[in-house]
Amino acid sequence: MKNKWFVLATALLAVIFTACPPKNEGGGTTATGGGGGDILVGEYGSLSGNQATFGQATHNGIIMAMDEVNAAGGINGRKIKVLTEDDQSKQEEAANAVSKLISQNNVTAVLGEVASSASMAAGPICQSNKVPMITPSSTNEAVTKRGDYIFRVCFIDNYQGPVMARFATQNLKSKRGAILTDVKNDYSTGLTTVIEEIFNSTGGRIVGKQSYSNGDADFRPQLTTIKAANPDVIFIPGYYGDVAQIVSQARDLGIKVPFVGGDGWESPKLLEIGGKAMDGCYYANHYFQGDPAPSVREFVQKYSQRFKVTPGALDALGYDAARVLADAMKRAKTIDGPSIRDAIAETKGFAGVTGVITLGPDRNPVGKKIVVIAIKNGQLTLDTTIDPNAPSGAATATGTTGTAKTSS
Amino acid sequence: MPRTWWLRDLILLVVFIAVLIGVTYLIEYAAGYYSAVRYYQRILVMMGINITLAVSLNIINGHAGQFSLGHAGFMAVGAYFAAFLTFYYLGPYVDRFPETSTEHWVLQNTMLVIAVLAGGVAAAIAGYVVGLPSLRLRGDYLAIVTLGFGEIIRVLILNIEKIGAARGFSGIPAWSNFFWVFFFAGITILISNRLIHSSVGRAFLAVREDQIAAEAMGVDTTRYKVKAFIIGSCLAGIAGGLFAHYTPAYLNPTMFTFIRSFEVVAMVVLGGLGSISGSIVAAVILTFLPEGLRSVKEFIPGGRDPRMVIYSLMLIILMLTRPQGLLGRRELWEFLPKRKDTVPPEGREEESAGPPVT
Amino acid sequence: MQTLLQNLLNGIAAGSIYALIALGYTMVYGILKLINFAHGDVFMLGSFAGYYAGNWFVAKVTGHASFGTAAVVLLLSMIACGLFGFINERVAYRPLRNSPRIASLITAIGVSFFLEYGGQMLFGADPKFFPTLIPKHIITFAGITTTNYQLIVLVVAVAFMALLQYIVYGTKFGRAMRAVSFNYETASLMGIPTDRVISLTFVIGSTLAAVAGILYGLSYPKIDPLMGIMPGLKAFVAAVLGGIGNVPGAVLGGLIIGVIEAFVGGSQFSNYRDAIAFVILIVILLFRPSGLFGKYQPEKV
Repeated sequence: MKNKWFVLATALLAVIFTACPPKNEGGGTTATGGGGGDILVGEYGSLSGNQATFGQATHNGIIMAMDEVNAAGGINGRKIKVLTEDDQSKQEEAANAVSKLISQNNVTAVLGEVASSASMAAGPICQSNKVPMITPSSTNEAVTKRGDYIFRVCFIDNYQGPVMARFATQNLKSKRGAILTDVKNDYSTGLTTVIEEIFNSTGGRIVGKQSYSNGDADFRPQLTTIKAANPDVIFIPGYYGDVAQIVSQARDLGIKVPFVGGDGWESPKLLEIGGKAMDGCYYANHYFQGDPAPSVREFVQKYSQRFKVTPGALDALGYDAARVLADAMKRAKTIDGPSIRDAIAETKGFAGVTGVITLGPDRNPVGKKIVVIAIKNGQLTLDTTIDPNAPSGAATATGTTGTAKTSS
Repeated sequence: MPRTWWLRDLILLVVFIAVLIGVTYLIEYAAGYYSAVRYYQRILVMMGINITLAVSLNIINGHAGQFSLGHAGFMAVGAYFAAFLTFYYLGPYVDRFPETSTEHWVLQNTMLVIAVLAGGVAAAIAGYVVGLPSLRLRGDYLAIVTLGFGEIIRVLILNIEKIGAARGFSGIPAWSNFFWVFFFAGITILISNRLIHSSVGRAFLAVREDQIAAEAMGVDTTRYKVKAFIIGSCLAGIAGGLFAHYTPAYLNPTMFTFIRSFEVVAMVVLGGLGSISGSIVAAVILTFLPEGLRSVKEFIPGGRDPRMVIYSLMLIILMLTRPQGLLGRRELWEFLPKRKDTVPPEGREEESAGPPVT
Repeated sequence: MQTLLQNLLNGIAAGSIYALIALGYTMVYGILKLINFAHGDVFMLGSFAGYYAGNWFVAKVTGHASFGTAAVVLLLSMIACGLFGFINERVAYRPLRNSPRIASLITAIGVSFFLEYGGQMLFGADPKFFPTLIPKHIITFAGITTTNYQLIVLVVAVAFMALLQYIVYGTKFGRAMRAVSFNYETASLMGIPTDRVISLTFVIGSTLAAVAGILYGLSYPKIDPLMGIMPGLKAFVAAVLGGIGNVPGAVLGGLIIGVIEAFVGGSQFSNYRDAIAFVILIVILLFRPSGLFGKYQPEKV
């Protein structure tokens, strides 16, 4: 009998040991009061799981931005401290992580997630606790509709989808389109609806629609069917890892038409895995790393120096989201949820790396810059920039203005 | 069994509800002073849901000896069906009353119970369909078929636009709370406990121990196997309904992959197959571990978070040190010093080598 | 017609990889009656071993890719996985030999989680580009397009399956294996070193997973720590479909799933592709409760 008691006791001890609440970092509860101490900002992201690359890129951008803010004197003398929690790319974990950050760590604002579904799971918790949340790169329209404390700094799918579709019908003069959708991914299914609608209404016709699941390896069956439909452009609104494999297998099957995608393509791995097959493809994106604009050049240089890789759009958006938050904190009357929320909502003409950010009444950026990147000879080149907020007033600028090496 | 068992249960239930209401108010009170309580409350609610899941799976896997790996699928059916009802029909009805009115409060809780029970019924129907092949299949073949059913359910949900498809189902009214989650967890435990002492439960055990012998004794084995599936999946559907309505009240098909079923099976086996209190203890531990280990990363340089690696290692080590499960096949109270007048339940004195799975 | 033949070919190539993974499941199951859920992750481990070995070899030793390099990389990866299989069995399964079988199932799930999360810690969670060990050629024949990779996959897979069939039915070790599989207790009483036989079975199963990992990396050069989950599950389905514990059954099951998935993937129902393997499985099990080649054992008193 003694043995059993021992086991029970050990189990109990183990539970108690892990149950000890970690000490509040920084200013703890007093930090929210507006006195001294650090200002706590929570970040939740996919640091592990199948979207970990996105989460880690965003994390780097956020850390870099906050370090810069702190180096420049912080928020009226107080430093910002970022607390990061991993959500394993799972929605319910995102909810747990944000709940922990808000209730236990008393963060004043939250940054995250990349995946729209995770942002939708965490958003209501921020909303009900009156803690503002800025998502760097959740492009699904529904995310910010969850409440008036939820903001984003990227454009939405209803904005990027039409650009992709019109680019195909107008710039590529495509008439017959095909779409390959990631059925497991909200981002992909959302974009598919928009692309199909706009492509059909701007003179094209969708002749083939097939689906895959994120993480599949063999896409030849879908491509074989698409090939038989004889399209002159193929849309893949998916993530880079799958895209690289799809395009490479398509080239093996003798499909030579251009592929067009969205910001999910953005990663140095796209060209590393896809290689030469990616030539002649296009994707819409938040920014272009080879953009000659001084703000982008400065960011790319600082980032590459620190992390030894060229930053992609997610790094840039994480950076922008953090800086928009810091900017709002400087303007906020007091450092608490509602005041910071009001300050974020008033963000106007903020010069971000990914373009000028002006938040509209629906808490989405209004008229955000969007670029179309062309892949030529294994390199990314800027094809088109659409920037409604550009000071010159020119809505569209076309032409190759720079190239960038993607291999780190 | 004394004839007044229902009276005893009724008193037990009333006491339980009273305690639960007390704890619910205590938590609300404490949260006003110390906000971290909200986070602990959230973990507790997840524990409650996992307890319901584990205890209900224990009826199928532990008591009736049918190896099911499709519990996430049943949970998904209950969650989505309940959410569908409240989102499209019950929610708009309740919202006709002002949010602060008593009617709203009463209706909201009534409707939640209705939706959750309807989710349970939907899951029970799914359980019936899944249970049917168990008439012919044994052991691991049944396991893979139930796993397959779970995955099929997930893919189907992924293709129904009306409940959000891949985008996920958001905007579900967040009506579920600490009280209801633990109320249903308590009901589940009660049902499970009553079941093993009933003729049905005895039949389950007979099917588990020796199917042929049970049949020879006149037990309609197929009927009881399907019955176990129906009861187990109904309770899992209730857990799903409660999960769907708990903040952030958001569902996504990726929450219900077979990995989730594995986690529940791990709770049941770790607790000790067939032991109700074992399932509860293991559900508490395995829900708590990933959260409790969050602080470990502060000791690790390089910004890597090893908590899930430690979690999996602990799962392996726990299983290696207690192959029969934490409590074996016994209940927690059997570890307490015995009173002289109580006779130990027959066949439970020695730690029997877990049930045969084939 | 052309599309049909093309998809048949696509399906066979994908199915051969399922078949190789399924062999590992079926061997371990046959001998221990244990579903080794970590097997899909051992397959991932094989790919990563190949990734590191291949990159190192091309950079430091040979300087270019060739069949020789590929063979050496394959061998190294097989050794790495074999070693892991050995340790895995010793640490996580052997102590539970006399415990309820379901306990080892949970440790298998634990090992699987450990490899997935540990892999993300160790290798990083981002996808890696598997080195091109053999230059790719595209072969077009009668309107059907294939690559030399698909052919290599097929040939290597068939070769290893034949080898395994020989080991199980043509060697003394194979006979010992079958004896242990038939009755563990009796086999040990007859003087068969059961522990060693079981160890070796695990090693062989893991080695086959390594082969599958390399072939997978070659044909679909994107590898990541979570890549083993879905192929592992599908291969497990394949093993059950063919009658778990049966070598030709696993191969046939893998091919069936590969081909059917290819046809569904190419049809307008491609959004249901992930479920189709299970639908087929359920339908077949309803008619043959022990799989295609499995022996149906009615229970005796």
